[in-house]
Amino acid sequence: MNAATQLPLVHARGLVKRFGDLVAVDAIDFNVRKGEAFGFLGPNGAGKSSTMRMIGCVSPPSGGTLRVLGLDPNKNGAEIRARLGVVPQEDSLDMELTVRENMVIYGRYFGLQRKVVQERAEQLLEFVQLDERIDSKVEPLSGGMKRRLTIARSLINEPDILLLDEPTTGLDPQARHVVWDRLYELKHGGATLLLTTHYMDEAEQLCDRLVVMDKAKIVAEGSPQELIRRYSTREVVELRFATQRPPADIAGRIDGLARRVETLSGRLLLYTDDGDRAAERVHELGVEAQSTLVRRSTLEDVFLHLTGRSLVDE
Amino acid sequence: MSYALRSYEFWLTAYRRTWRGSVATSIVNPVFYLGALGIGLGTLVNQSPTTPGGVPYVDFVAPGVLAATAMQIATTESMWPVLGSIRWTRSYYAMLATPLKIRDIVFGHQAWMATRVVSSCAVYLAVIAAFGAIHSPLAVLALPACFLIGLAFSAPTAAYSATREEDAAFVVVNRFAIIPMFLFSGTFFPVSRLPELLRWIAYVTPSWHGVDLCRSLTLGTATWALSLVHVVYLAAWGLVGLAFALRTYRRRLLK
Repeated sequence: MNAATQLPLVHARGLVKRFGDLVAVDAIDFNVRKGEAFGFLGPNGAGKSSTMRMIGCVSPPSGGTLRVLGLDPNKNGAEIRARLGVVPQEDSLDMELTVRENMVIYGRYFGLQRKVVQERAEQLLEFVQLDERIDSKVEPLSGGMKRRLTIARSLINEPDILLLDEPTTGLDPQARHVVWDRLYELKHGGATLLLTTHYMDEAEQLCDRLVVMDKAKIVAEGSPQELIRRYSTREVVELRFATQRPPADIAGRIDGLARRVETLSGRLLLYTDDGDRAAERVHELGVEAQSTLVRRSTLEDVFLHLTGRSLVDE
Repeated sequence: MSYALRSYEFWLTAYRRTWRGSVATSIVNPVFYLGALGIGLGTLVNQSPTTPGGVPYVDFVAPGVLAATAMQIATTESMWPVLGSIRWTRSYYAMLATPLKIRDIVFGHQAWMATRVVSSCAVYLAVIAAFGAIHSPLAVLALPACFLIGLAFSAPTAAYSATREEDAAFVVVNRFAIIPMFLFSGTFFPVSRLPELLRWIAYVTPSWHGVDLCRSLTLGTATWALSLVHVVYLAAWGLVGLAFALRTYRRRLLK
């Protein structure tokens, strides 16, 4: 590797974003390297989108250092944006225009020749499996198709970094998988992806490395596996109860069975390296749960451990 | 290719889906107006010993309505489409994710509004000529005048629209600013007929300057001095409006 490829594509030190008195991003540090899929995981309002908008050079930082592609967003915003692909949280497609027209118009914003844009539009629409709808208007397309069109559109300038702000929020499970599939392929093609999500499965599937954000700060950083290893156990036993609050005495009785016990609404989580054995012992103690589930630890558990709260409001 | 031209291209593309309706409107409207006011109302007015401007009423009212058309197209195009590009279609945000800057977005959209104003006014001017209401070759200058009128309205209105959350405000602006200007700034009758206070208010409006400029050009009564005042005044509204638009767009879009 030469020096140029070692430079992080995105570099943030003490990055701050304030809206009046509200601190949306509170002095965060991170680096994104070339070719990696980097995620910001956190609940709504954690500061993910604000960070994304600063990287996208459409929101001036209130403090700290930010370098994107080695350039300063305050001075070289347009130059940076010319090399970014952006999939915003809310679609900004023109519903009345056709799929093709949306692609062409967007490519023209980058100053690309009409002929080049046409060619790329066709290739990219094929990539996101929308080639059959190329001359259809956008309005009647499903949510998943619109997302895929937005992704295709964001690739029209062959970007060095792809920014995806909650790429699958609001999509049904099937549509999400199609989107993941496309992003997965991009990732394997060597693209640098930056994405925000509040879906832990999305982060686990797509991210090589991620930061967990909560209340404007980064609370942990690492690969999904590292984070699970560091902040959780291998397995989790979920005891579900019919009542809102699990019976008060149970937590005390099972205390010794797991490394850690979390009490949530209607369920208890036992963190242990051997889920089956812990579940057995719970049963032996005569604890009557409505159902018992042994599963692998996920980033959800990491988040719960770090913040004491669930990622997605239940 | 200039960056502002790229955002202009978007508006041009988007317009292709509605052009038929709007072209029809821009031909049919002037024919109706000139027919009703010039021929219908005009036959009554022309019976009076002193017609406004000393010309047949249709010749008087046509350039007034021309200027008013420039004003109305400019304000309409700088209200809903501007707020819509922020709130509904989010087209401005799409542009901002590319190398386009705030100024490219503002200038591109303003250039598009000017295109709508000037093309509609060109049709209108041709209809006026067909009605035989043009007295001077200076009338060709009414087209650049319409451009200035358009800018004097589209720039400040766009600046204002970019600060709105809801389109309810537009109805109020139309009712209490645009329609009164349409009625009372010399379009249909000379402002000299207004009570003194209202007359002075009329002189302050850009619409009166626009109407008077267009009328003096089509009737061939333009003087250098007054024309210069009109041009400078309209241009000032346009330029100050642009400066404000750059500010309000930046505040709204680059949070």
